[in-house]
Amino acid sequence: MLSIKDLTVNVNDKKILKGINLEVKAGKIHAIMGPNGSGKSTLSHILSGKSGYEVTGGSVTYQGKDLLEMPPEIRAREGVFLAFQYPVEIPGVSNVYLLKAALNAVRKHNGLDEVDAMDFLTLVKAKVKALEMDEKFLYRAVNEGFSGGEKKRNEILQMAMLEPKLCILDETDSGLDIDALKIVADGVNSLRSPDRSFIMVTHYQRLLDYIKPDFVHVLAHGQIIKSGGPELALELEEKGYGWLEEAAA
Amino acid sequence: MSTALNDYTASYSALALPGQDLPWLQQLRADAYTQFASDGFPSPREEEWRYTNVSALEKKAFTPLLAAARAVDADFIKSYQLADAYSLVLVDGYFSAELSLLADLPDTVQILSMADALQTCPEQVAVYFGKAVTSNEHGFIAFNNAWFTDGVFVHIPALCVLDKPIQCLHIVTQDGGLATTRNLLVLAENAAAQWLETFVGADVGYLSAAVTEAFVGQNSELTVYKVQCESAKAYHFGGLYIQQARDARCTHHNFAFGGLLARSDIHTDLDQAAECELNGLYLGVKRQHLDNHTRINHLKPYGISRETYKGVLDGRARGVFQGRVIVAEDAQLTDSQMNNRNLLLSADAEADTKPQLEIYADDVKCGHGVTVGQLEEKSVFYLQSRGVDEETARNMLTFAFANEMVDKVNLPLLKTLLVQLVLQHFPQNSYVD
Repeated sequence: MLSIKDLTVNVNDKKILKGINLEVKAGKIHAIMGPNGSGKSTLSHILSGKSGYEVTGGSVTYQGKDLLEMPPEIRAREGVFLAFQYPVEIPGVSNVYLLKAALNAVRKHNGLDEVDAMDFLTLVKAKVKALEMDEKFLYRAVNEGFSGGEKKRNEILQMAMLEPKLCILDETDSGLDIDALKIVADGVNSLRSPDRSFIMVTHYQRLLDYIKPDFVHVLAHGQIIKSGGPELALELEEKGYGWLEEAAA
Repeated sequence: MSTALNDYTASYSALALPGQDLPWLQQLRADAYTQFASDGFPSPREEEWRYTNVSALEKKAFTPLLAAARAVDADFIKSYQLADAYSLVLVDGYFSAELSLLADLPDTVQILSMADALQTCPEQVAVYFGKAVTSNEHGFIAFNNAWFTDGVFVHIPALCVLDKPIQCLHIVTQDGGLATTRNLLVLAENAAAQWLETFVGADVGYLSAAVTEAFVGQNSELTVYKVQCESAKAYHFGGLYIQQARDARCTHHNFAFGGLLARSDIHTDLDQAAECELNGLYLGVKRQHLDNHTRINHLKPYGISRETYKGVLDGRARGVFQGRVIVAEDAQLTDSQMNNRNLLLSADAEADTKPQLEIYADDVKCGHGVTVGQLEEKSVFYLQSRGVDEETARNMLTFAFANEMVDKVNLPLLKTLLVQLVLQHFPQNSYVD
């Protein structure tokens, strides 16, 4: 599904990622953990195509194609989805409008007809219900005046509508209370499938109590310094990151 | 007299202006003429005109048009005429009875041309004429006082809630023509009305100089829509001067889309506990210059004012917003908020914004905010990350920014027209909701 090789990235001439290697197979969940400032968000931004980053070396191959060559909207249409750490408020554009525009853009790219208005509403209302959201959210401007938890749920709603192949969750758990976290985790778990992969970027182990990863990687100072199974998360919970950073140094 | 003004003054005596037999009006016109002949149009040296230079009007004189039956493209008028409204049409500065639609107007409501009103009910006109604005305001008012050829007079009696909006459609058909109109809008106590003024013209250069005085009686409610769609070569001055009596409410929606150079004045005086809401949207492309000047004068306690103006400027267009709020010493407990936001779509576009609060009372709540900026890149990226291409994302955000003002309009047919006009203004927009 995704293959990252020796990826190095600069921001304003400062080296942020210093040679990342990661293989993500279809159907697998990878958790990327690490202290603040380790480069976690840079990695999710690079994968989704945000500007302001300079790739100085390495490659990212997604389903056999060079991901870094694609503009952000093509990545989205090809099935890469980033759930933002800080979802953006878009006054004047309603949630339902964006969902429909996004869904149709993805469908068109994949040679499908635009979705019929009635079918669309039936679909979106079912997803809204599953995420325990109020239908009124559909008709409000995107994220405008939403609480932190509502914004994160809205990200999962968009993800559920677009049915991406590679979901990148950028600190989706930060700022969520335990009830909201459970709803978001249920949403993610319901999307698990043999042909859909997840990269969950987080610095709290808590999320992994609700979404069981297949692999855990520790990112520090721009490099993956340790990879392991779900047991690594438990070890991190117990010991923190310090011992790994020392070992790597 | 400035020689540049000769072109205007030379033809003055040939004009058959209405109200010749009314001494009070003759005096008012004569004084205004003298003032205009000496001072001309406003100059950028005047503080309230510092961003807008209308000297082109003195270099290239426009010719006052005489009343004449002129063929007007009916389809063109229809595209701007709101169905389900009392419709008044002013062609080249003269009321056209045949194009106007006043069927089913309640008997108690008076709507007639200004020329007719000065003949049939001059005492009524005299009560209000020149009471909301005088020649001292600036050169365009003096010019309008002296030169106005016609207009409409509207009187809504007490307790009347008019069922349909009144539309006043101004159209100028002649190249180099000058249309100078004067309207008077009076709402007695506890009345309610909606007033829509639309400005359009043939695809030629002309000057439209319109002044409306509005008197909103005690506890009455007036909603005004101004839709300025003058031709791309036209000059436009449109001033609305409002007097709000105690507890009167007024909402104004100002849409400035057309014209090469267009200036709007919206001034209102608020008596005790009167409320006003001023909304505006100006969309400039190419070399358009769009100036919006508002003045909210809180004269008595408990007044509330809300003001939101937004501008979208592309090409080399220039948008001006001047918002003045004056809170008199007597106007305690005034609550006033003003906001102006500008979106610049090109490096050569310019926004000049000048909020002015003048507060002479000590117990008031007043605020203002101003922004000038571009589309937020994080918003563009957010939409792209959902599969929307960059151009569509930018168009969507631009339209959304402007549409926020259109959304405040309560007349569905007008709203539909405005959405079309916004989309036409930025033809690269493919975004339609």
